[in-house]
Amino acid sequence: MNAPASTLLYSGSDWNFDTLQRIYEACENIAIGELDLNVYPNRIEVITSEQMLDAYASTGMPIFYKHWSFGKQFLANDLLYRKGLRGLAYELVINSDPCISYVMEENSATMQTLVIAHAAFGHNHFFKNNYVFRQWTDAEGILDYLEFARHYIARCEERHGQAEVERVLDSAHALMQQGIHRYPRAAPLNLNAERRREEERRAHEESTYNTLWRTLPNKKPAQRESRDMRQKSLGLPQENVLYFLEKSAPRLRGWQREILRIVRLIAQYFYPQRQTKVMNEGCAVWVHYRILKRLHETGQITEGAYLEFLHSHSNVLYQPTYDSGHYSGHNPYALGFGIMEDIERICRDPSDEDRRWFADFAGCGDPLDVLKDAWANYRDESFIAQFLSPHLIRKWRLFKLDDREKDDEVQVAAIHDEQGYQEIRRTLARHHDVASIDPDIQIVDVDFDSDRKLMLEHNVRDRVLLQREEARQVLQHLADLWGYQVILTEVDATDRKTLNSYAIDPRPGIFY
Amino acid sequence: MHIIDRRLNPRGKSLVNRQRFLRRARDTVRGAVRDSLTSRKIREIESEGEVSIKTGGINEPTFRRDSHSGNRDHVLPGNRVFRTGDRIKRPPGGSGGGGDEAGTGEGEDEFRFVLSREEFLDLFLEDLELPDLAKRRLTGSDSFDIRRAGYTTSGSPSSLSVPRTMRNAMSRRLALRRPTTAEIEELEKEIARLEAKPRPTEKDRATLDALRERLAVLNRRRTLISYIDPIDLRYRRFEQERRPISQAVIFCLMDVSGSMNEHMKELAKIFFILLYLFVTRCYRHVEIVFIRHTDSAQEVDEETFFYSTETGGTRVSSALEEMLAVVKDRYSPLDWNIYLAQASDGDNFTRDNPQTTALMRNEILPIVQYAAYLEVSNPPSGGVTGEERATNLWQAYSEIGDAGGKFAMRRVHSRKDIYPVFRDLFSRRGVTARTS
Repeated sequence: MNAPASTLLYSGSDWNFDTLQRIYEACENIAIGELDLNVYPNRIEVITSEQMLDAYASTGMPIFYKHWSFGKQFLANDLLYRKGLRGLAYELVINSDPCISYVMEENSATMQTLVIAHAAFGHNHFFKNNYVFRQWTDAEGILDYLEFARHYIARCEERHGQAEVERVLDSAHALMQQGIHRYPRAAPLNLNAERRREEERRAHEESTYNTLWRTLPNKKPAQRESRDMRQKSLGLPQENVLYFLEKSAPRLRGWQREILRIVRLIAQYFYPQRQTKVMNEGCAVWVHYRILKRLHETGQITEGAYLEFLHSHSNVLYQPTYDSGHYSGHNPYALGFGIMEDIERICRDPSDEDRRWFADFAGCGDPLDVLKDAWANYRDESFIAQFLSPHLIRKWRLFKLDDREKDDEVQVAAIHDEQGYQEIRRTLARHHDVASIDPDIQIVDVDFDSDRKLMLEHNVRDRVLLQREEARQVLQHLADLWGYQVILTEVDATDRKTLNSYAIDPRPGIFY
Repeated sequence: MHIIDRRLNPRGKSLVNRQRFLRRARDTVRGAVRDSLTSRKIREIESEGEVSIKTGGINEPTFRRDSHSGNRDHVLPGNRVFRTGDRIKRPPGGSGGGGDEAGTGEGEDEFRFVLSREEFLDLFLEDLELPDLAKRRLTGSDSFDIRRAGYTTSGSPSSLSVPRTMRNAMSRRLALRRPTTAEIEELEKEIARLEAKPRPTEKDRATLDALRERLAVLNRRRTLISYIDPIDLRYRRFEQERRPISQAVIFCLMDVSGSMNEHMKELAKIFFILLYLFVTRCYRHVEIVFIRHTDSAQEVDEETFFYSTETGGTRVSSALEEMLAVVKDRYSPLDWNIYLAQASDGDNFTRDNPQTTALMRNEILPIVQYAAYLEVSNPPSGGVTGEERATNLWQAYSEIGDAGGKFAMRRVHSRKDIYPVFRDLFSRRGVTARTS
């Protein structure tokens, strides 16, 4: 179609701030007007490539405390970027309210359109609506909290010396993945409810009181009970190691506990992103694809711009096959977008097979509704388990390999056929479950009566042990923070057999 | 919706983190800088450089599932040939089928990154254990001299010129006829005398009034015309002046006969690098000429100079002749400042010595700014370290003396011995700067 030039948002690849404003409004019309997305207010910031590298180094956040590991990150990215081995991301988006998107000044006008559609509407909608984010992150408070963290740590450095603070941070970073509450805890009991429950208990005792029981000889409380009591009073078993240290480590000082808390809360903030990588990117890609397609249909961008967009769009979605030599896992963009596009197809034009597999929405004709529901109420694992269709499994020719430790050969357990669909879908979903990727490590007991040993347990699934050298180093950090010996036992999750164990003493002079 | 332009925000947000990282990895990075010297050209010493270090002290451990043990499964895209139940030989070296964990595993025992020019030089010089002053001279990139340039009416208090200010103040006071202290004192004395009269006459009283009036006028005039006024102030003025724009050429002469081993060549290379750094501080344009010799000499490029070996005897005069030929051909002493740096293990044909000495003394020293001879040797192996045997060339050059501060010779065993050779050069700098 040949639209009159006046409806074009821009021509050529140059842009200025007016262009950005126009692009944003055009995208907004489609995203809010047609797709009816629900987003945080947007803020778009234009930055240079150097600033983008800076932002990379501090895990994408605009404010962060200082630590050498971020410098290492910066240098590594810097080298890759200079050598042209890796392009920079076109955008960075922060889950905050207002939602901040960074766009690079080097981008062409088309890329800016793509980026605005992708980040300011796609990711933004996902952040605001997905239940994992709503449950775990506080979009309004995060920037203030990071500002507080940076100041607090800077003040600690002034007061206690940079080396001291760095040691705490090193140790805390090593345990960062063990600093996450994976399950929402029960809300704290309130006093009234507590009192009522206590009264009920007493009434029950009185009503069942029988003098005869007094004649029984007194039994000594068993050892077992005292262990239970202790575990209960310390809230054990506890998988949030940093939380436990913050609350119960006997020798840490106040500021050290606060630093552990900062690292823990930041890890918690990023936890939802790890759980929803596929969906988040899929949602953003789906939204930008829809918006750009509409812009093209309504003649607001030129054919050339649309081709430029398609080029980078398909680059992002590139999924090499396992034997191509470029394979490095599933591309979350391709996986997420693929499933979402497939949902659209099933809603509009389902086959018989789809009707069998997705009886609840096949042929319903309103994909947006189904997608919005998925975006709001699923995370990667449940999303794949629910929506990966046989059609897609065939299209991508997925197959499953079993690799047993004792065998020399790997076995093809399932391929893209009738018998294999379920198993492939289940396995792929499990591989996107953060809880099954991360090792399951818990603090099980503390010996407060004698030498204050801290006992941890790794529940070994599928006999996959911890990487020894690193485990030893992390435990060293843990022992330093705890101040006494730390013991980690690796126990098989099914038959409770001990497979391996570590015992590490704290290094004298690190913290105490 | 807001669009904010952050491009003008302060740069280098990661600088602090970067410095902290370098400090933490200092020892390893220094080693890496030393290693990278062998692959760097002398001229590149001042550019930023890529180094790679082992991740020993800088890895960040986490609890991770081992990528070798246990049972695992993989879901992979792109099946073309497999059917359910097929068995495949496990690919060598790890997780079957190049699974999900590939890449996140242990592949990262080297860490590569780019050091900036300052960081690189800093680490390089630190490794040589240079004194701080010398380091500053070598790393500083300003090539300005500060020169007095008259007086100005504004400036910092520390550059106030008191004589000039007082002179201005005095002439202004004279011109405006500011009453002097003596004048006023005289008047006051007169008034006091008249007031002291027991019985003042009518005329006295009139005079007294007149005198008082005059005193008041003078006093007012004195307060109006200050002793020193802001317009009197003069400050010394300084100007930055570019150092004389000029060009220099460094002749690097090295003996490449079989007796020079890698250690010796490395010492020589560091010596040449330092000389190059030093000379680039003093001159706008610096060229380097590499001449290698055995019993005959030739001009070569840097690559050949350091990395190819020749066999043959050693005749030092051949190199000096070659150098003179190049000078005559391309670098007229009238236009170029010439530096000579010679490195050798000290071997020379005994009968070549007289000619070498003569060439050096009569032909070369008159045209060069500075010539340095560096005798490199292996680090002294333990045991008795007696007086070192003077080599052939050392004996020959000893006859020359220091030729008015133009010639220096040193023996070096290790990298940290090299710097003292330059101490002469630095101390001499102060003198030449004023005369040039």
